[in-house]
Amino acid sequence: MRQKLIVIGAGMASGRVLEHLFDAGADFHVTLLNAEPRGNYNRIMLSPVLSGEKTYAEIVTHDAQWYDANSVTCRFGERITAIDLAAKTVTAENGDVLAYDKLIFGTGSNPFMIPLPGHDLEGVIAYRDLEDTQRMMDLGPDNKCVVIGGGLLGLEAAAGMAARGVDVTVVHIMGHLMERQLDEAAGYLLRKALVDKGITVKCSANSKQILGENGKVRALLLDDGTELPCDLLVMAVGIRPNVKLAQEAGLAVGKGIHVDDQMITSDPNVLAVGECVEHGGAIFGLVAPLYDQAKVAAQTLMGQKAKFVQKELSTKLKVTGCDLFSAGDFADGEGREDIVFRDPARGVYRRLVIADNVVRGAVMYGDTADSNWFFGLIRDKTDISDMRDTLIFGPAYQGGSPLDPLAAVAALPRDAEICGCNGICKGQIEDAIAEGASDLGAVRSTTKASGSCGTCTGLVEQVLAVTLGDDFVVPAAASICGCTDMTHEDVRRMIKSQKLTSMPAVWQECGWKTSCGCHVCRPALNFYLLADWPLEYQDDPQSRFINERKHANIQKDGTFSVVPRMWGGITTPDELRAIADAADKYMVPTVKVTGGQRIDLLGVKGEDLPHIWADLNAVGMVSGHAYSKGLRTVKTCVGTDHCRFGTQDSTGLGIKLEKELWGSWTPHKLKLAVSGCPRNCAEATCKDIGVICVDSGYQVSIGGAAGMDVRETELLLQVATEREAIDVIKAVTQLYRENAKYLDRIYKWMGKVGLDWIKERVEIERDALVERFELSQSIYRKDPWADHVQTKADRYRPLANLALEAAE
Amino acid sequence: MTDWIDIAPLSDVPQRGARVVKTALGCVAVFRTAKDEVFALDNACPHKAGPLAEGIVHGNSVTCPLHNWVISLETGEAQGVDEGRVATYPAQVESGRILLDRSFLRGRTAA
Ligand code: SRM
Ligand SMILES: Cc1cc2nc3c(=O)[nH]c(=O)nc-3n(C[C@H](O)[C@H](O)[C@H](O)COP(=O)(O)OP(=O)(O)OC[C@H]3O[C@@H](n4cnc5c(N)ncnc54)[C@H](O)[C@@H]3O)c2cc1C
Ligand code: SF4
Ligand code: FES
Repeated sequence: MRQKLIVIGAGMASGRVLEHLFDAGADFHVTLLNAEPRGNYNRIMLSPVLSGEKTYAEIVTHDAQWYDANSVTCRFGERITAIDLAAKTVTAENGDVLAYDKLIFGTGSNPFMIPLPGHDLEGVIAYRDLEDTQRMMDLGPDNKCVVIGGGLLGLEAAAGMAARGVDVTVVHIMGHLMERQLDEAAGYLLRKALVDKGITVKCSANSKQILGENGKVRALLLDDGTELPCDLLVMAVGIRPNVKLAQEAGLAVGKGIHVDDQMITSDPNVLAVGECVEHGGAIFGLVAPLYDQAKVAAQTLMGQKAKFVQKELSTKLKVTGCDLFSAGDFADGEGREDIVFRDPARGVYRRLVIADNVVRGAVMYGDTADSNWFFGLIRDKTDISDMRDTLIFGPAYQGGSPLDPLAAVAALPRDAEICGCNGICKGQIEDAIAEGASDLGAVRSTTKASGSCGTCTGLVEQVLAVTLGDDFVVPAAASICGCTDMTHEDVRRMIKSQKLTSMPAVWQECGWKTSCGCHVCRPALNFYLLADWPLEYQDDPQSRFINERKHANIQKDGTFSVVPRMWGGITTPDELRAIADAADKYMVPTVKVTGGQRIDLLGVKGEDLPHIWADLNAVGMVSGHAYSKGLRTVKTCVGTDHCRFGTQDSTGLGIKLEKELWGSWTPHKLKLAVSGCPRNCAEATCKDIGVICVDSGYQVSIGGAAGMDVRETELLLQVATEREAIDVIKAVTQLYRENAKYLDRIYKWMGKVGLDWIKERVEIERDALVERFELSQSIYRKDPWADHVQTKADRYRPLANLALEAAE
Repeated sequence: MTDWIDIAPLSDVPQRGARVVKTALGCVAVFRTAKDEVFALDNACPHKAGPLAEGIVHGNSVTCPLHNWVISLETGEAQGVDEGRVATYPAQVESGRILLDRSFLRGRTAA
């Protein structure tokens, strides 16, 4: 007898089941109900429909003729509302009760809507079906749309609307786009491509509320107070298996409808396929596994033995001009090695993660032509030991001998461009060498090659090596760390010239060999980025050494020391009382007067830090930055106020300087002192910047030290007024921040660039330098203690306290 | 038998960061990597017991804040030329929550 099969949902998975059944000539009478008022179509092609590359008619997978030919009873626009498993019937929306022998769930999933205030306003939609797509297509050019969610769906929605001229902003909560599929470097390239399409991308952005007007959406409010006006708001933040009906019917349900390897649910007459199922703890969101499930379900229905097996998945984004691919598992790990290839000029990034000679994961951006080959290696667990050296270049390079880079350079014609920034060809460099330039510096100064962004430095050196033969040894300039071959100087030049404003941007454009740096390069990059782009770049605490992350000096036993500022070494009875009270309250073991004219509370427990800071803040005391690569102290002597030799108000100037400079980050620590006369009681001539007051004004000198090296400062400039002294000091500080290598004190930097160069720059560019210093200080001149007390106090507490759990 | 207990939401630990969990037998450092994996290790470096939770996290390693030993978050093993190992404990993320295995509390030897 012909069996009655009822299918709930005309989706991508159930459509496949039916194809398999009819292709095999199975004898079922099928009734297909679908909540959407249409039959099966290719849901994943909604994105090309949205962007205008396809029409709806082109993405229909099964039409009226097909249903007819296979005698499928179609009830579209009708939802099933109840199931009686015992009686083997379903109830349709209009009350009809239909009997089945076999029932298949293909109910897909529901888009997740974040329950933000205002999420039910008119104009807030998801991206799941043709109705949603139509809403976006109807928006028309010059309207504004905000998309919440920077994953696959959100970006396809954004790109589709942008292609229609809509002004789109994507708001993403994580630090980079598509973080589930991409690492930061690929995320950076993707972002760059979307921004080029005119899309505004906001990462690390938290949505707070959807604002409306007359019941209709008006704007999205972020928790930093930004308002993003919009006519339509699309939420594409994830999906949840659609299990309500199954649950009410009494089927076993977890995250999805439980199925076994044969796609049978907890009821032997009911099967389920697609995004609504949970198999072996996993749920699904891409079509490849759904098609496998559909095949198994069809075989099960026909009484054949079949088994659904989960396989590796790969992802591509359907946005024209953004070629990206990711597959497998690309987390770092023990015994895992990375092979990273970056071609900054073409915007190409490839990364393979390898363990035990097998490729485990791959991320590619820009050039994905070989992605299928790599995916095959992952899926088949191919042993790659023989092709390891050339693996990253793809299948075309396997089998041949690896290219010798020098031979490649030797083979270049004379008119091959070497330095893109300055348009210098190989021939010009050869001519310069023939005229006597025998090292990189000489080539750079005569031709300008490698003088701008610096990425071609290696190439220029290779031209030198090819031309001069054994007379030229390619110098191994010390690179920052094992993650890169570039020096600090090269990287700084790149950050400025290429306007790199994020770490992933630096990793990509400077060809980092690791996926995300290490404890040596990250703190340096963090400094360079915040020094060069104070407004654009957001400081990354996780790339800072603990002292700077927690604004206190770590001690050998894991406690911390707390040093509040005493401006210019001046304190008051109230401050001293507060310090004494804090020492008592937090049982501080040691209170010491430092060499920097202030007081150190040593041995404070990490969890107490926000509390002791709050207490000190209460009397107006702030962080002394005794832990920072930044302004430390400004020591002063008593000066004209009390001293019989004092020529100027050294104490007053010291306080002013400390108040203007505090909070600034510098390549290494920055210590200042102001002495009231050449007797120099404040030891100004062994500081990074020292001021000696004289009758006619102020002698500003730089480059002193009294640590591992002892140096006397050298005179930078003598000026007549206090105001000028402050400006000169700000200017030289800014010049130092913008140019020095991370962890060079001023005297080391001065040894490289020369005092004359510094003097000239400060004289010529003083105002501009001061202006840039002030711009940066508008962000950084504030108390990190108060900030952490307010916003991060939790972070100082243990995550959980299980000490009370019995250790049985 | 694992006996998972819910510790906190994943978002309470910053990416490439760590927080400590106090136990009767000392602190356990719970790390979160850039890829949102979590790891639990004794919060004491094999060198001189430096608090690993305060280190810089890179890849699946942490650099000790006291003398820069690099420790694998997966095996607890010191990397490179340094030798030593710190105990690791089962940890996982489930629906955005960090779970630790209660039995580790019992298994831990007093340090
Ligand atoms: C607290 C203090 C010693 C004291 O008890 O007086 C101190 C304590 C430390 N100094 Fe210092 N220095 C202190 C004044 C000095 C001075 C004197 C001065 O500033 O007038 C010097 C020499 C002057 C100079 O810097 O040129 C000094 C030269 C150093 C050096 C060597 C720097 C160099 O470039 O050679 C280091 C190591 C480093 O920075 O890499 C250092 C590093 C340290 C550290 C931060 C070591 C560390 O990284 O953990 C110490 C932290 C102790 C702690 O656990 O809290 N400390 N240190 C002084 C704090 C001053 C303040 O109020 O901020
Ligand atoms: C815009 C977009 C782009 C995508 N791009 C890709 C891609 O590039 N690659 C990829 O692999 N995947 C992609 N996907 C995901 C893919 O479309 C889904 O994985 C797939 O459609 C799921 O198939 P399904 O049969 O489980 O559910 P669906 O295709 O969602 O079908 C379920 C159907 O069941 C109906 N239904 C639900 N409840 C009832 C009920 N009670 N009664 C009757 N009918 C009901 C629904 O109305 C729906 O029509 C994309 C998805 C979208 C929305
Ligand atoms: S600097 Fe000169 S004026 Fe000031 S205390 Fe020393 S000796 Fe006196
Ligand atoms: S205590 Fe960790 S490196 Fe010394």
